[in-house]
Amino acid sequence: MIWQQLLSIASSYPLALRGLGTTVVVSLIGLVAGSLIGFAMGILRAGGNRLISRTIGVWVDLIRGTPFLVQLFLIFFILPELGIELEAFDASVIALSNLAACFICETVAAGIAAVPKGQVEAALASGLPQWHQMRHVVLPQAMRIILPSLVGQYVLLIKDSSVVSAIGLTDLTRVGWLVVQRVPNGLLVFAIVGLGYFAVCYPLIALARRLERRMGAAHAEVQL
Amino acid sequence: MLGNFSFRVILESLPDFGYGLMATLWLSLLAFAGALAVGIIACAMNLQRAKLLHVPAAVFIDAIRATPLLAQLYFLYFGLPRLGIVLPERVVGVLALSLNSGAYVAEIIRAGILSISRGQVEAAISSGMGYGQRMRLVILPQAFKVAIPPLLSQAIVLVKDSALLSLIAVAELTRAGQLLASDRFMPAEAFLTTAACYLLLYYGLKSVAALATLRLGLRPAALRVRA
Repeated sequence: MIWQQLLSIASSYPLALRGLGTTVVVSLIGLVAGSLIGFAMGILRAGGNRLISRTIGVWVDLIRGTPFLVQLFLIFFILPELGIELEAFDASVIALSNLAACFICETVAAGIAAVPKGQVEAALASGLPQWHQMRHVVLPQAMRIILPSLVGQYVLLIKDSSVVSAIGLTDLTRVGWLVVQRVPNGLLVFAIVGLGYFAVCYPLIALARRLERRMGAAHAEVQL
Repeated sequence: MLGNFSFRVILESLPDFGYGLMATLWLSLLAFAGALAVGIIACAMNLQRAKLLHVPAAVFIDAIRATPLLAQLYFLYFGLPRLGIVLPERVVGVLALSLNSGAYVAEIIRAGILSISRGQVEAAISSGMGYGQRMRLVILPQAFKVAIPPLLSQAIVLVKDSALLSLIAVAELTRAGQLLASDRFMPAEAFLTTAACYLLLYYGLKSVAALATLRLGLRPAALRVRA
């Protein structure tokens, strides 16, 4: 019985691979776009202009205050009403990039804020232009704090990408949902789906832990 | 265009959203209580030296953290009936949320315990305290204080995560939005109202958490990434 089911599940491996592919592609696009936008937002958020900083803060709070599923529904169902045609894939990528950007923005801003003020003053005194202060003095030091939690963000993003199955995009979770209609063994099917996610996420979690330890050690050195 | 945005429809369906809001709050509260129980047990087991206790807890925590909540939810939803356990959707949902958040709670408590400086433990040992006494009188009270702010932010995450229960047809806030969207073909009204209700909960809980943190004289939660 269980062997039959395993065989039946095994026969749908092309679908499963496609699902895993979609999950990886969607999260990867979200990751790259989110990082770029997130870093830009984070630098602006930590910067001097109060209006820009506040505006970004409000937007980030709105995104942090609502479930990702609702954000996805808003984008997928409302943008077409505004005359912007988009497929489930586009909506997923937009929603994920936005989510990633908002979380990365806060991480980057916190990292920048943690760099001692004296460093900026020293850079200023050496006559470095503003962009160079950021590029060569502040960001490299902030990266120590940003990097471990950035890796954590990526894990989060991959996991959150499972929600896009709700608007019909065939990602890994959606494949599990499709297969379970045919093979009525939810434990087996979703254990395998879980393994798929685990294979992608666990190495990243391990990396984040290692980075945290190493960066923690680096900080301890500075503090001593 | 959103030219025909209808506030009337929103007003008419406000009772549904009110009901959904209460359901979300209630389900999250139950799930958070469950998560605390799961988290305390998992953490206690994880910190033991005996492999028989440590390994299952560590595997549970890592398995939860490396897989999406939605997959866990479907695992229980489609899997439990297979074991002959047929539960209402609400119960399955609360169970999934409790197990999921429980793993994060376990890690938060562990971080709290590990943040207690070695000197405290040494002082307790040299005043002749046993393991139980050390834990109860010295380590846990301090660890708890460190853990409260991140626990509160986990509670906020939990409320948002509960939106996924709508996908197994639990009547809650997001479900109220979905129903309005499909019944009247008004997704803009439906999901904007849903989002507004979540924001209401979010800002409410956030102020409560800030107030509690302030009153207890704690350090606010550092920017925490749950992964």
